Amino acid sequence: MDSHVAQLQMQYRNYILSLYQQGFLDDQFTELKSLQDDGSPDFVAEVLSLFFDDCVKLVGNMARALDQTGTVDFSQVGANVHQLKGSSSSVGAKRVKGLCINFKELCEAKNYEGCVRCLQQVDIEYKTLKAKLQDMFNVSVIIVHMNPVSVWDDFNKIILGKE
Amino acid sequence: MARDGGVTCLRSSEMLNVGLGGMESPPLDLDEVHVLAVDDSLVDRIVIERLLRITSCKVTAVDSGWRALEFLGLDNEKASAELDRLKVDMIITDYCMPGMTGYELLKKIKESSSFRQVPVVIMSSENVLTRIDMCLEEGAEDFLLKPVKLADVKRLRNHLTGDVKLSNGNKRKLPEDSVTVHALLPPPPALTLSTDSSDSSPPLSPVEVFSSPLSSLIDDEDDDDVLTSSPTPEESPVRRQKMRSPGLD
Repeated sequence: MDSHVAQLQMQYRNYILSLYQQGFLDDQFTELKSLQDDGSPDFVAEVLSLFFDDCVKLVGNMARALDQTGTVDFSQVGANVHQLKGSSSSVGAKRVKGLCINFKELCEAKNYEGCVRCLQQVDIEYKTLKAKLQDMFNVSVIIVHMNPVSVWDDFNKIILGKE
Repeated sequence: MARDGGVTCLRSSEMLNVGLGGMESPPLDLDEVHVLAVDDSLVDRIVIERLLRITSCKVTAVDSGWRALEFLGLDNEKASAELDRLKVDMIITDYCMPGMTGYELLKKIKESSSFRQVPVVIMSSENVLTRIDMCLEEGAEDFLLKPVKLADVKRLRNHLTGDVKLSNGNKRKLPEDSVTVHALLPPPPALTLSTDSSDSSPPLSPVEVFSSPLSSLIDDEDDDDVLTSSPTPEESPVRRQKMRSPGLD
């Protein structure tokens, strides 16, 4: 059983590393994770959940604002982009944040086509991140479930090589 | 209602908090640091609340400058003497908020006799020097760049430690060393034995942090300062400016 757990643990670790390497997450995500402890085991999940709610709301606002053909209020779009930039920055959603930076410039330039395209990218990006993080949480739950007693000892031994 | 010397209670208008988006205002005792956090972003409120709780602060989080003034009892023309005294040790506010900006809130707080001595910290996602200067000139205690990290909050918290022991809720004097620290100097030495002394230890990598999926960080980590992966506060003066508060000289 240990070797199965060890394998899963390794895959879990590698999966997370890949999220960083591919630029989905940045060090703010690490920071959030470090704020989680046994007393607040759901902190990261809670914050991310709020972030994704924010994404749905703000993307919706921006879509509506851009839908006003001929009378698009770019400052309104920009205000929503600013909010999304802020919350993506706070959770370490690096790609979403990066898109928001471009998006802001497009709003300032009142570039309608550019904004519409960027909004589509933002939509895809936050949904992709959500799916990837969901996978990550699912795997971590499985690991804990398989070996609840000594799982942290195993981690330290196998992943860090500590006895 | 008579009050004895240093004992203060939350006002009955604290009950408003229940209706104001479900903020938590647990009963206070004098030794606890109470921070009022103001941010229109729910995500950021949750994060700052967690950061403050980890550093042993009691937190009241509100979503706008108006709610903050309401909480402080500064939203009407009544003389503050009529209102129950509120124990607030620090106010930390976002800069960019709809309606009332953090700067405007700062001004109102500094104009009030009850709360002008309460340190106000501004947070912003934008590193605009003119903005920073403006806030500091208006009496802001500090200016933090978002995303805010635990090291930032720990530094603020250590700074407040010397004030908490005073008995009277709002008549707090900032320690002299905080007032005389200038922009180019590193932050003042911690007033308590702080965990910010991890010069010798590298920041934790994602590997180390994520080896334990749902639990806290690795127990056998030597580094005392396990809760932060960010660099120590001495670096990046632009990011973490600690300046004099002219209003408190």
